[in-house]
Amino acid sequence: MNNIGNGQLVKMVNIHKWFGKIYALKGVDFHVNRGEVVGLVGDNGAGKSTLIKILSGVYPPDIGEIFFEGKRVSFASPKDAINLGIETLYQDVALVAQLDVPRNFFLGREITKQLGPVKLLNIKKMTQESLKSLEAIGLRIVDPRMPIEHLSGGQRQGIALARAMYFKRKLLILDEPTNNLSVKESISVLEFVNHLKKEGISSIFVTHNIHHVYSIADRIVVLSHGQKVGDFLKDDTTVDEIIQLIVST
Amino acid sequence: MKLYQHFSKTLKLKETSIAIITISTILFFYSLQPIFLSTTNVNTLLSITPELGIPALGITILMIAGEFDLSIGSVFGFTPLFAAELMNTGIPAELAITLALLSSCLIGLIHGLITVKSGIPSFITTLGGMLVWRGFALLITGGQPRYFKVPQHVTDLLTEPIFPPINAQLFWFILVMIGLWIMLEKTRFGNHIYATGGNKEVARYMGVNTDYVKIFCFILCSLLAGFGGIIQSIRLGVALPNQGDGLEFDAIAATVIGGTSLRGGSGTVFGTVIGEFLGRIIENGLVIIRAPSYYFRLYIGVVVIVAVILNLYIARKIRERERP
Repeated sequence: MNNIGNGQLVKMVNIHKWFGKIYALKGVDFHVNRGEVVGLVGDNGAGKSTLIKILSGVYPPDIGEIFFEGKRVSFASPKDAINLGIETLYQDVALVAQLDVPRNFFLGREITKQLGPVKLLNIKKMTQESLKSLEAIGLRIVDPRMPIEHLSGGQRQGIALARAMYFKRKLLILDEPTNNLSVKESISVLEFVNHLKKEGISSIFVTHNIHHVYSIADRIVVLSHGQKVGDFLKDDTTVDEIIQLIVST
Repeated sequence: MKLYQHFSKTLKLKETSIAIITISTILFFYSLQPIFLSTTNVNTLLSITPELGIPALGITILMIAGEFDLSIGSVFGFTPLFAAELMNTGIPAELAITLALLSSCLIGLIHGLITVKSGIPSFITTLGGMLVWRGFALLITGGQPRYFKVPQHVTDLLTEPIFPPINAQLFWFILVMIGLWIMLEKTRFGNHIYATGGNKEVARYMGVNTDYVKIFCFILCSLLAGFGGIIQSIRLGVALPNQGDGLEFDAIAATVIGGTSLRGGSGTVFGTVIGEFLGRIIENGLVIIRAPSYYFRLYIGVVVIVAVILNLYIARKIRERERP
């Protein structure tokens, strides 16, 4: 596992979070190394989504600190996290269904060309660049100018992942990315994540189902009732051990 | 094969089904009454359609951005009346019209700010606006029409024939259409309009200022409604307090017939132009074949439903073909 060394990308220390009377996170330490795929698993209500929402800037922690590339950071909004290079991909929300591939890929960061006094979209370049990135993660789209609502769920995940890679994100948080996908499509999403790993991009793969993440994770972190109950390199553990941990605590 | 590809590409255009309906309608009226395609009648159609079509283009953009405007008929009436009142005080026509158009921008700004800041549906905001601006129009005129006399060079600019059958208002209609097409399809802002209407949360997450996009579209919509009203008043020589009554429904019908989605995020200005022409063709054709004028609403109602079903059907066919 030396190839994923190079130090920690993000570190969360002693994170506590209350929602009214509910004590959602009870002092969780969590870190991700550079180029590492971390599987964050746990049953419903274990605190997975609260933890990643804190890391993506949706809520602040009540107690605790976050370090990114060694520096202490705090996020007022998801925008601050994105600016640092942390992007969260929820199941479907990262793309606009009615827009085609290039218009989605470059939404908010469109490529333009100067034509006299006005700047016009350079659709041709946007299409070429987006297709190139899609190919880099092994995804081919026959007609990129069709609204993406006509594509499959796996293809849409691929577009969002390729976009994150193109814009040089450092950490991707994938929230149940394979939840509503067929087995075949889930496998292709896992392959996309593997391509990202080769590019040195870290990811956190959040799931309640260990089988979804076991094949690509380098390390697996188990949460239960707001506490971290396990943190293993994959090579030091087994699926059964982790399931035991999720179920028994 | 190449021919098939070309054909399938054409079918994919949202405007295809509505263009087919329009051409059939023209042939239908022509077969019943050849006068329908006479120069005089075509001229009539081409001079009436733009003043009603320009507001429809405005609401198309707003609907693509995911909002709605029921007040355009009232703004269509209020704007020329306000200009007429200003001219009565001795303000030159150009300045009066400019100020009146600015007032319609202000109306759009108010609708936009209320909708975006309070979070209530624009349907409600502009339903209120529809009543308020019509109320103002009635209030400032006491329900009486106002003469709308402008100098010849203003008439030349806005409503006179350039070279028959092209008149100035048709020129403006086409100019607005091209301008909006470029904005929607060829600029970053256009992409932000589509994205805002398609999925506001995603657009915001990707850094689009969706409030700004929506407010801009409200302003544009009101401005174009006011502009249409000004053109109509110049053509008629009068500003009527009930001018544009019911226009919002015709404009929304033209937009929906043209393939713009009620849910936002998709639509085209060409579709609306064809939809608007179709509305006027049916209206005019029924008069030409001497059908009672009451038929108009009935036919438009049927066409709205048929066109939307046809659009859905074509979209589904394409999807079945494309999906692996």
